[in-house]
Order: sequence, then C-alpha cells, then structure tokens
Amino acid sequence: MTLPEETITVPAVEMQDIVLRFPGVLANDHVNFTIYPGEIHALLGENGAGKSTLMNVLTGLYKPQSGEIRIHGKKVSFNSPRDAIAHGIGMVHQHFMLVENQTVTENVLIGLDTPRFTLNLKKYDQEISNLAEQFGIHIDPTAKIWQLSVGEQQRVEILKILYRGATILIMDEPTAVLAPQEADELIETLKEMAAQGKSIAFISHKLTEVQHVADKLTVLRRGRATAERMDLKDYTRESLASLMVGREVIFNLHKCEQTAGREVLRLEDVSALNNKNLPALRNVDLALHEGEILGIAGVAGNGQSELVEVITGLRPCAGRIWLEGKDIANKPPSFSIRQGLAHIPEDRIGVGSAPNLSLTSNIIMKRYDQQPVSQKWQLNYVAADSLADGLKTEYDIQAPNVHTHARKLSGGNLQKLILARELSSAPRMVVAMQPTRGLDVGAIESVQQLLLNQREQGCAILLVSEDLDELLSLSDRIAVMYEGQVVGVICSQDFDLTQIGLMMTGTLTQDLPENARVEETPTEGTPSSFDEVLDNLRNYEESAQAAQPGEIEPSSESAEPLEESPQPEPPTPPEEPPLNLTEKERVLRKVLGEKYKQGDEE
Amino acid sequence: MNWIEIFRSGISTGTVLLIASIGEILTERAGIQNLGVEGMMLVGAMAGFKVAFTTGNVWLGLLAAIAAGGLLSLAHALVTIHFQADQTVSGLSLTFLGTGLALVLGDGLTGQTGPVIPRASIPLLSQIPYLGPVAFADHNLLVYFGYLLVPVVTYFINKTRPGLHLRAVGENPAAADTLGVNIYRTRYLYTFIGGCFAGLAGAAISVAIAPGWYSNLTVNGQGWIAVALVIFAHWNPWRAAMGGYLFGILRRFTLDLQGPRILFGLANPFFYNTNLVFFLQMTPYILTVIALIWGSSAARKKRIGAPAALGTPYQRGERGL
Repeated sequence: MTLPEETITVPAVEMQDIVLRFPGVLANDHVNFTIYPGEIHALLGENGAGKSTLMNVLTGLYKPQSGEIRIHGKKVSFNSPRDAIAHGIGMVHQHFMLVENQTVTENVLIGLDTPRFTLNLKKYDQEISNLAEQFGIHIDPTAKIWQLSVGEQQRVEILKILYRGATILIMDEPTAVLAPQEADELIETLKEMAAQGKSIAFISHKLTEVQHVADKLTVLRRGRATAERMDLKDYTRESLASLMVGREVIFNLHKCEQTAGREVLRLEDVSALNNKNLPALRNVDLALHEGEILGIAGVAGNGQSELVEVITGLRPCAGRIWLEGKDIANKPPSFSIRQGLAHIPEDRIGVGSAPNLSLTSNIIMKRYDQQPVSQKWQLNYVAADSLADGLKTEYDIQAPNVHTHARKLSGGNLQKLILARELSSAPRMVVAMQPTRGLDVGAIESVQQLLLNQREQGCAILLVSEDLDELLSLSDRIAVMYEGQVVGVICSQDFDLTQIGLMMTGTLTQDLPENARVEETPTEGTPSSFDEVLDNLRNYEESAQAAQPGEIEPSSESAEPLEESPQPEPPTPPEEPPLNLTEKERVLRKVLGEKYKQGDEE
Repeated sequence: MNWIEIFRSGISTGTVLLIASIGEILTERAGIQNLGVEGMMLVGAMAGFKVAFTTGNVWLGLLAAIAAGGLLSLAHALVTIHFQADQTVSGLSLTFLGTGLALVLGDGLTGQTGPVIPRASIPLLSQIPYLGPVAFADHNLLVYFGYLLVPVVTYFINKTRPGLHLRAVGENPAAADTLGVNIYRTRYLYTFIGGCFAGLAGAAISVAIAPGWYSNLTVNGQGWIAVALVIFAHWNPWRAAMGGYLFGILRRFTLDLQGPRILFGLANPFFYNTNLVFFLQMTPYILTVIALIWGSSAARKKRIGAPAALGTPYQRGERGL
C-alpha cells in the first residue's frame, strides 16, 4: 500500500519539534510526526502519552508553544479547527462529536459555508447519501444520531470528514467502541481510503491492532517520541510494549485452576430501561458462583452499564436478583452492601470516589457506621486514619499521606484506592466495570492480579470490560450482551474470539457454529424472531408495573450448591431464517421510542 | 364580563411575555441560561420610556430599550462565557443590577406621560367575527410584531444555517467547535440578542401596553414568568407564544373577576372579601413556580428537549476533547 518514498516528493503532513505545555504538564516535548499520502501511520502510546494532544494540534484545537507544521510542503499556522479543515485535515474523535438530536445530514453540515442561509435538507440528504455510497458506507441521512448504533455513528463521523474533502484523516482510537467484526470492516474502509491516496493517522494503544493496520509507526511516551516513523515489521508485540511503557512488560498473570463453588448471584428475568426510557435490559438471566469470574463482553452501550446499575441497586428494574439468597432488586445500595456486594464503578471520579475528600474519607465511606471508625454518633478519625494508612501500604497507593485529596491521585492510584475500599471489606460478590480502562500497563497488571486474588478467596466476580483480551485472560465464563440481552454464555475452555465477536454484533447463538457451547439458553430469554422481540417490548411496561418489590421469600434453591458446570443444553432450533435484528430493532426504536419518551413515570 | 376585552387585552399583555421568552429561548438554545430577564426588562422599560419622554420620539425609545437590554446582557455573557462563572448566580445578580440601575436612572420619571407606540387595525382580518376584534383590531404595532416573530424565529432555528449552528452549540459545543463553529462568538451573540429582546419587552410595557414608569412595579415579575415560560414551552417559540397569551389572558381575567358584584349569578367573593383577591393575584406566579419546579428535574429536562449543554460553560481541552 505504501508507495515507495522516492516517488513522493512531499509529505502530506510534517510536524516538527512540536512543544505543547499545559499547566503543570509537558504534553508534547519536541515531537516530530510525518505522514505521506496513501499511508496509514500509527501513533502508539499509553493513555496520557500525548497522542491525542499531538493530533489536536494538527486539527487546530491546540496551538503549540513552538514547532512547525507543514501541510503538503506549505508552512501553516492553525488558529482554529476551521483552518485545519480548510487544509483538508479531519479527525474522528474518540468520543464522538455528534449532536444527538440532529439528523445525520445536519451533523455533516455543521460549520460549513454552504448552504448559505436556508438549509434545504432534502437536497443535502441526497448528496450525503451519494457520498456514502461512493465509499461503501450505508447510512440513512435522515436518521437522528440517537437512533444509530455506535458503529453507524462512527460512519457519520467519517462522512463528516469526507464531505469536507479531507485528504488527511486522523482516527483517535477508532476501534475502542467497536466489535471485532465492525473493527475489521472499519480497517478495510481505512485501507481502501489509503489506497485512494488519503493519509491516515491512526491513534491506538492496542498493540495487535496496530500491527494489523499500519504501515509506519511513531510511539509516544510521556510526551516524547520513543520511536519515529519506524517500519512496523521490525517490531514484535513485546518490543512495542516496552517502547510504550519504558520497561519490560510481562503478559502473564498468575491465575490458578479452581472450580466454581455454590451460587452467589442469580438474575431472573431482569429488564430495565435506560436513561432515555428505552429498554436497555431485556429478560436477562445470569448465575454467578463462588470463586468464579464471569466476564461480560459486548460493544459499549448494549446494556452493560444498566446491568451493573441494576445489580448495585442504582437503577430500578423488573425481575428478581438474588444475592446470597436475598432479593436485592430495587433495594437501596446499602442493603446489597450489607449482603457483601462490592462495586468498582466505571466512572472513578464521579461515582467511585469523592474527589475533594481525603484518602481517609474515601476509604471509610462504606464503613463509617462500623467499629472502630464509628463511635456512637461520632467518627473516630484516629482509627480511620490508621485504617486508611494500613490499606494505603497494603494496596500500594502512591500518595503523600492519607489526608491527600483523592483528586490529586493518578488514574491507577485512584483505582487502587477504590479497590482498597471495596475489597478490604471481604466481599462475597464484586461487580467491576471497566476496572482497567485508561490505566497504564503497570497499574493494569496489579488491578487484574487483585481481582484474581479475590477469585481465589472464593469471591464471585462480575467483570464488565470492553477489552476482550482482558476478558479472555481473566474470566472463567463469558456472557455476551447485545441490545440488552445475554445472547450466550461461553465457558473458558471454549473461548473463541471470532465466535464472541459474532455474538457481540447480534448473531444469535442458534446461528453459531456447532462448537458454540452455550450454557444457558432460556427460550423466552432470547427471542428468536422479530415478533417475539416486539411482544417482549409490549409486555415490558406491564411487567415493570407488576413487579413491585415486596417481602419476598429467599429462594430455597439458590442456597443449595449447584453443579460446577451446568449441562449445556442443546440450543433451540430456529424455526425461521435468521433475522437481521439490527435493522428491525432500529425501526422498533423509531416506532416505540416516541411512545416510551411520552410515557411519563410520575 | 366582557370576554372579547379579556382576550384582547390578554393578547396585548401576553406580547410582553412572548417577546421576552423568545429572546430567552434563543439564549438558552445556545447553552446560556440568563435568569436576569427581569432586570433587563426593567432597564429596557426605563430606557425606553426615558428616551421616548425626553426626545418625544417613541421609536428612539424602542432602540434605546433594545440597546440597554443588550448591553446589560453582555455583562452576563462576559462573566459566564469568558470567566465560566455559575450561570444561575450571574443571572440572579444581573436581576439585582438591572433593577438597581433602572430605579436610579429612572428617578423622576414616575407620573410623567410620554409618547406611545401607535395603534393600528389590520384591514379585512379585523372584520372576522370574534377573532378580528380580539387579535387584529386596534392593537399597538408590537402585538403584530409578536405575531411575525414566532414563525420567523421557528424557521430560523430549525431551517437555517445559523440556526443549525445555534442548536449545535447548545447541544454539543465540543462537536460544533471541532467543525469550526466559534462557540464563544455564538454564545455572546445569542446572549446579546436575548438581552435585546428582553429590553424590547420592557419597553413594550412602558411605551405601549401600560405606558409610564412606575419604578419596579412596571415589570412586576413578568421577567420571571418569561423564564418559566421557556421551560413550560420546551424551548419552542410556538408554545412560548401560546403560554405567553395564556398568561396574559389569565392576568386580565383575574383583574376582571374583582370588578362585578355578581359573578355567575352569585355574590362575587372577590368583591366582598379583599383578602381573597391576594390569592387571585397570586395565580400567575403560582403557575410560574409550578412550571419552574416541574421543569427543573434534570431527567425531565432531558426528555422535554432542553439543550443538552444548557448551563455548562465550554472550555477547550477539557476531558473528552
């Protein structure tokens, strides 16, 4: 794909000696970055290494303190994104920059000089439709962004750039939100665009992916380039990792063989709505045992966060959730905490900690009412401090002292603080959502090891992650979620990336090859046809109303030890040909979405 | 009771609310909440009356009112956009600032009479039975301006390029910024326009609907009703117009209820018991409070279409950009 360099005289982008300083941080320290036309150039580095910052300089969002940018040989100075767009530079941001309640076309047209005044959307719908076809992108230009899947939203982002006639595309961790197959499609599209002469900068911290996509490579570490314009084939995964992290990284974790014990958590027919009042969980059944890590795989936004919130008591739901024989559905979080539930939330700053409080205060949040911290009606701060001090040493939290504010901790240390609070109370059940996201490789290692230690101690762990490698290496079983349903549960001996990927994109277990060992396939839990999905949706409101939390007898069976691995049931044979659920569900959302929006739960 | 007259005068007083709330809708659609409408209206009412009174030209008065409201709103814009201060606090202070300024500068105007906006009837339309005399006969020109304002602003917001940018800035400023829309300029502009409309609404009272300057009783809380109306109207000009006229009619109706001795064949309680009148006068404000409480829950705001970035300052380079 790369043209021989001697035939190209001028690089598309040449960034030289870029220096960008934020208050207290040197984000880019004399970094060089060059792309030639028709080239995919990977920019690799850990979170906070300065990759996105460097690219934001190129898109005109940040102005560097020093350094030069040349586009197609001409020296430029960008004062705003508008200038960069005028030079054919477009960026797909990691967090999509889309206006949710506007249509695809409207999103594409923002910031353009034409149409001059009147929008005349019909004409532009057509134009954008044509452009999309040209690059093999399928999208309805009149759809509102909130109706689209994440993959489709990404296509809108790409369309936005293409419509502006960009020749230089910057992709900021584009595959982070995609299922493996969607990611493959994206990579094909990118290669196609490179073949048409476009230059692509590809930001990533996934080593394998970079090896798969890119022609050239630049590695950043703490704002400095540790490798510049290198040929990718000269590197192995290990050597790339050490370039990124600055030391040898071991890719092995200590995970002992053990068998799962009795059942700790059971979800029965759990359904819930999301923040937009649309169904986010549909009839989920799950069981979790002692000493077992159950991984939840799925593309972001398929009900994982709602699942976690429902279990931790943060979101109302229909159905039953048994924890140690008590129904914790629709109970306050304090109730499940008393049953031994620990929660490691996705949002460390907003949910997991109180950033403006000290380490001590954050540590005692779950035990302020217990001895020795609680002394009748007042807090014993001496005891609290010594408790926090002990945990700070035990969990190796890097902070000056226990009175330091939590917000001053780095991501890894903040996560260790949360783990210290949650795990030190000897939980029976841990719900961890994205526990390693955004951490550096070293911190990831220690967080994962802490989870494995809990597993050894007989704790049941629900691990939600978008990092499939993490799920594969930690989990005993993996449940795959798609559009709010558990489409299948796979045991560790049968882990297969392709199959998990297929399930993540909504391929029902029935359609999977024979080796898909599905543990639990409740017939009503996984609707096999469009009509059933529709029926479930219709019944949803009634069931939500009917399920009033009351005094419920603990389930007798849940106290009994269960078989270590339940017999795999033969999947129900599909009576109808496999349906394209994605398309139909989108229609459903359009139809029912309004109804759900109007339905007020006063 | 003269229903024609109640509706007629309701539309007339409702125009004030309509103009003010449409200005606030434009401001809030850009993501800036300006609670200082009351203050800006008072300054507008004072400036409009003062200039019209001293120059004898009512149109100069209107211009002065627009300029005064707009200038005052720039203080809010500076504090909330550039210095990223809390918009609620800034808006509240703007009310105090505006009220104070208007009272000081309006000293000595009380009891004077100045020129007023001319009245006109619309030919043909005013002949329509019931509707004609209510909506198209012998109204001041600002009422007709209000009729035009609603469709024009709706079209502007939904069907034009600047309107698209306005919505984008209020919904997702980061997205608009990456596409080259100048967030600060857009937000300044619409805060200013909102202020201009508030100033005009103030002048609509002092030189047209209830001519004269009666210190802070001139506006008498209508700025707050306008702010509530924006929520009540789900940021939609048509609904704001409906709400504005409804409030106007309600105000006039509560006034008329106090007049007759016999009401619907019974002794009028409001005529014989003056204490009950206070409750009657409270109704528009109670409705305002209800609308504000109803609309202030974040979840509901989301559902009824509040601009997603309403009340949040924008700064480049924050997390997620």
